[in-house]
Amino acid sequence: MATTAGTTRRDFLYIATGAAGAVGVAAAAWPLIHQMNPDASVLALASTDVDLTPIAEGQIITVKWRGKPVFVSHRSKKEIDEARAVPLNQLPDPQPDQSRVKEGKDQWLVVVGVCTHLGCVPLGHQGDFDGWFCPCHGSHYDTSGRIRRGPAPLNLEVPPYAFVSDTSIRIG
Amino acid sequence: MHGHGTYIPQNKALAWFERRLPVLGLLKSSFVDYPTPRNLNYWWTFGGILTVVLMVQIVTGVVLVMHYTPSSADAFDSVEHIMRNVNYGWLLRYIHANGASMFFLAVYVHIFRGLYYGSYKDPREVLWILGVILFLLMMATAFMGYVLPWGQMSFWAATVITNLFSALPFVGEPIVTWLWGGYSVDEPTLKRFFSLHYLLPFVILGVAMLHIWALHVVGQNNPAGIDVKSNKDTVAFTPYATIKDSFALICFFILFAYLVFYLPNYLGHSDNYIPANPLQTPAHIVPEWYFLPFYAILRAIPSKLGGVIAMFASIVVLVFVPWLDTSKVRSARYRPLYKQFFWILLVVCIGLGYLGAKPAEGGYIIAARILTAYYFLHFLVILPLLGFIEKPKPLPSSIAESVLKGKESDPMPAKG
Repeated sequence: MATTAGTTRRDFLYIATGAAGAVGVAAAAWPLIHQMNPDASVLALASTDVDLTPIAEGQIITVKWRGKPVFVSHRSKKEIDEARAVPLNQLPDPQPDQSRVKEGKDQWLVVVGVCTHLGCVPLGHQGDFDGWFCPCHGSHYDTSGRIRRGPAPLNLEVPPYAFVSDTSIRIG
Repeated sequence: MHGHGTYIPQNKALAWFERRLPVLGLLKSSFVDYPTPRNLNYWWTFGGILTVVLMVQIVTGVVLVMHYTPSSADAFDSVEHIMRNVNYGWLLRYIHANGASMFFLAVYVHIFRGLYYGSYKDPREVLWILGVILFLLMMATAFMGYVLPWGQMSFWAATVITNLFSALPFVGEPIVTWLWGGYSVDEPTLKRFFSLHYLLPFVILGVAMLHIWALHVVGQNNPAGIDVKSNKDTVAFTPYATIKDSFALICFFILFAYLVFYLPNYLGHSDNYIPANPLQTPAHIVPEWYFLPFYAILRAIPSKLGGVIAMFASIVVLVFVPWLDTSKVRSARYRPLYKQFFWILLVVCIGLGYLGAKPAEGGYIIAARILTAYYFLHFLVILPLLGFIEKPKPLPSSIAESVLKGKESDPMPAKG
């Protein structure tokens, strides 16, 4: 066969064999990779119910949901006003306080207690904005759980939750 | 690991074996007859020290696994069981835990030795890059090992370090969930870290063999930084290097033993004797001492992604050092300007380590930013420019001459 003929049947066979091999390796690797993702028992983790009646005004409690802490804060009038008085353009991650609570339930703030920087648990009623302060790398959150200063890029996450009754919520 | 095949053992059985698998010849040519530069000083003994410390870690690790339980409910108790009930368990665990620190102490000396004497330059680039890979593997192994006792520091170190990946745009969150096997550090995370902590030391062993192979192909650098030109420049590995390495090893192990027997928890954190609590972060979390400079860089940058990039870049930049350094002269002994910048870099790295242990606030942050900027300035600006503006001192004509005549002022004098 002439060497100037460009592609040959053999070139095609090399590439086809290589391609089939690559697909086979990828298919074989996928179970090995995917086994590390959350398994069925982790995904099936039940939602968490929280009774709000024992939480006094000004108190923050921590409950566990999906292995993570969730803060339930019973905010005072002063704390709500503080959160709502801030102009949005002063926030690194602008979000009005109203969008972080359920309508008509302004006193109840529910946030995942995991710092959006590197995942430490912030301390309540601390920091320069009366909300939370993360001891690991110094992020300050306000009374709406929004990031105000420090390395964290985002506000504390509001988990999916709903009021089952006036005095009880279900997270998840 | 070349030049074998000529060795014929006296013993007939060994000679029979050697004709079929020439492993004795390989060992003899690599570790007995192998020519080493005659001017090697004690800074060159840390490669051998690192090899022995790796063996110590593997042997103690394998036996600790016989008593350890990798589950979030039992891990902490099983470590206490090792400490209190297992025969000599306290000794094995303290050797293993302090062995990690000794490993990093030795590797930092080894790396700075390479930087001082230009051991990364042509033709040793691949040798150097294999070393950077070994350093990264060591960091991963040490980190995952630290998680296994499942104390407070274990748990929160695992949380913070895995969360570094969440800084990546779009793929960050799925990657972190994949690493955890859940929505937080938990049972699946501990189990996979245990599996990988057992695997990686053997990967380190494999890459270390490549590292030694590459070393034996290009030959050792030396304090004069000039090539071996004749037999006068070298001595046989055995007995010269063997004895020198052994003596240094014993001195190093005296320090190791002092830590194990007198200050076994000096380099640890008392918080790690509190079982992991996913709902409470300790008030002041700091990594182990050997990660502190990188931790300081991470915290110095006021952006999450930026901090993570800077931290990884501070290690990756080492890969490019062979090409960032434009000077043809290897050893800092003959580079009057580079020598000064080397010591400044060393002080900056120690300074970053100090700042990594301090709270991230006020003046500490400002200082960490200055030192971080200098760290990158050293590699990305100073190192390339020095090659053009520095006037090196005259090099000796041979290693033999540098030993026999050139006794210049040198902060790391040759003792060979």
